[in-house]
Parts: sequence; C-alpha cells; structure tokens
Amino acid sequence: MTAGVDLGVPATQAIRSDEDVVRVRQLVRTTAVAVKLSLVDQTKLVTAASELARNTLIYGGGGSAEVTTVEDGRRRGVRIVFADQGPGIADLDEAFTDGFTTGGGLGLGLSGARRLVDDFDIWTAVGEGTRITVIKWSR
Amino acid sequence: MALSAEQSGRLARLLTEHADRLTARWTEIVAGSLRGRLSQAELARQARELHRSIIDAGQHGLRDLADEHGGELRAVLAELSASRARQGFSATETAISVFALKDALLELMEQSRDADTLRDFVAYSALIDQMGLFTFESFVRTREGLIADQAEQLLELSTPVVKLWEGVVAVPLVGTLDSARAQVVMERLLQTLVDTGSPYAIIDITGVPAVDTQVAQHILKTVVAARLMGADCIISGIRPQIAQTIVALGIEFGDIATKASLADALRHVLRLTGVETATRRARRES
Repeated sequence: MTAGVDLGVPATQAIRSDEDVVRVRQLVRTTAVAVKLSLVDQTKLVTAASELARNTLIYGGGGSAEVTTVEDGRRRGVRIVFADQGPGIADLDEAFTDGFTTGGGLGLGLSGARRLVDDFDIWTAVGEGTRITVIKWSR
Repeated sequence: MALSAEQSGRLARLLTEHADRLTARWTEIVAGSLRGRLSQAELARQARELHRSIIDAGQHGLRDLADEHGGELRAVLAELSASRARQGFSATETAISVFALKDALLELMEQSRDADTLRDFVAYSALIDQMGLFTFESFVRTREGLIADQAEQLLELSTPVVKLWEGVVAVPLVGTLDSARAQVVMERLLQTLVDTGSPYAIIDITGVPAVDTQVAQHILKTVVAARLMGADCIISGIRPQIAQTIVALGIEFGDIATKASLADALRHVLRLTGVETATRRARRES
C-alpha cells in the first residue's frame, strides 16, 4: 500500500470508552473536511473509523487512534492508525468473513471498514496486539 | 504533616483575637478576585462562617482536615464550593476564597519575627492548602453531578416520539445513537405504540451523522421489537452518503421499508392505510 508523506503533526486520541469512539469520529471528520474529502468519502471514512475504533475498544481492550494528513504527490488524504495491545486476531480470514463475530455485533465492522477506505493494512500477532492502518484519498 | 494540638489551639486563639480584622481583610481579598460578582454581605457571611468553623475545629485540637474534628469544617467548605459551582464561578475563583485566608493570616503574623511564629504559619498554611484542595475536589464533584444531570436530561430531550397521523408515530433521531440512547428510544417507541395503538412507526435518521454497524444493529433490533408488537416500521431520512456507506459496509435491512425522506415515508404509510392524498386543482370556470 502507498504510505504517503506526512503533512503536519499526527493527532492522537486514546480509546478507552464509548465517548472516546465519538471523539475519534469527530477528529476524523474535522481532518477529512480539512483535506476536502467529498461528503460521501467523509461519511465513509468516519464510519470506517467508528467501526475500527469500536473494535479497538471492545476486542483490543482499548488503545489509540492516530490521525494524520498525508500526500502522495498527486492527492491528499487522511491516514488513521488504530493500535492496541490486546489479544490479537488468531484467524484473519475468519475475521474478514462477513457475518463472523466473536462479540454480539453484526460481524461486518472489520470487513466493511476495509471496503469503505482506499488503503487498508493490518498487522496482528496473538498475544501482542493489533495495528490497523487505513487511508482515504481525496479524488 | 498537619498541626500539633497546641498549634491548632493557638490558631483558634489567633483567629478569635483578630476576628474582625481577619474576616474584613479576607472578604476584601476574595471580593477583589471575584470582581463584584458576589455581594460584599454574602462574602462577609461566608468568611464569618468559615472563620467560626476553623475556630471550633482548632479549639477541639484539629490536627488534620481529614480527622473527626474537621467534620463541621469540611461541611462548610463543601457547601461553599457547591454554591460557587452552581453560580458558575471557576475552580480557581472558588479555591481563592479559601487561599485568601493565608494572605490575611500572613499580614497578621509577619509583624512578629520569632521562629515559633514562622513554624506556626507554615503549619497553618499546610492546613489551608488542605482546605483549598478539599474545596477544589468538592467543586469538581458538584460540577460532575451537574454534567451527569444534564446528560440525563439530554437523553430525555433528544428522543421524542411524535404522532404524525392517526395510527402513525415517528421517532426523529438526532446525533449519536449509542447503546444507552438506543435503549431509551426503543422503550419510548414501544410504549408509545401501546399507548396510541398505532400500527405504523417511522424511524427518521436524517439527524444521525454516520450509520455504522452498531447504529444499524440498534435500529434493526428496535424494528424487530416493534414487529413483535404488531407494528410495522419504516426507516426514513437515508441520505445519499449514508446509503452508499451502508452498501459498502454490507448492512442488509432485509424487508424493512426505507425511504429517503420523512415525507416519503408518511406518504408510503398513508397509501398502505388507504388514505388518499390529492392535490387540489384550481377549478377553471369557463
């Protein structure tokens, strides 16, 4: 995936409670508006961030989200990194299957979030944690 | 830390001896920091009350604000900070009301230059710091209480169920739909369905900025619960960006009717119930 060059200082939001998920959403929306994403892309990115932040909270036991404005020469975008030191994901294929959940949700959060963004990168190790990087580019 | 029994006794005597001068100076300092937002008479009354409870505590040999002789003093401080918090003063302005006593005491004690007085002042100063911190903490507690009350009121306010037509109720959802609010919405809607005997309910999500899987799940559960009670639900207010996001996420609303606007939803329900809507045409007289 294209990492992009950082523009500006990343803003970090800790994810410890439901209110923090709302704060992540607001931070992402503000950044997306600043980068001039279209309304549809803003909504998609905010929704993806909401899913991943809630996963970080519920399955990762809390963590953080780091929001950065990035550029790859032609276009600008928003990169969000969700990191936790939770149990990790044992079977990634299973986790990305629509409708699979170990919690009580719809089982669409992780797979849906991947469909909502342009770049999606996941690193996970059982017992160490999970780190998900997503980017949405402006058109 | 804290005071010895003799020190607190001396503090009580000192405060009694210079009662008028101390409370007057104290009131003056606090009044300066609050810039006339509280009347002199009110401030003087609070200073006198605090003054009296410190003397009481001192006479009983108060050693630490947290011990049993400090009960009365703590109550007075808590009352002071609660009233400041409710009147909208900042935490600093509230704490200054206590810390001002330190300045007033210093002015009184700096005339004598022996080491014992200095030691006493340091001990009193530590006690006043404790009082200040206690005030600060109870200020924060009062504020947190106010915020919790407001959050609860907001929860009530933000989930009205309105009757749109005979047999049609609507829930306009605004803002973030978390689990607590979703629960309130569901309860309200189901109760209103029973109270009004309405066979149709419209859930309008125009005011929900982002529909993620959690929000969708809450809405779906509400719809299923309403169906169990024999009512049909229509979801309205699905804007283009929300529609695209829902598709990308892969959320299926199944056979639940969804409409772009509340007006469409109402028209849909009216048609189902057999109510005819007609646009009146101006009749031309020939």
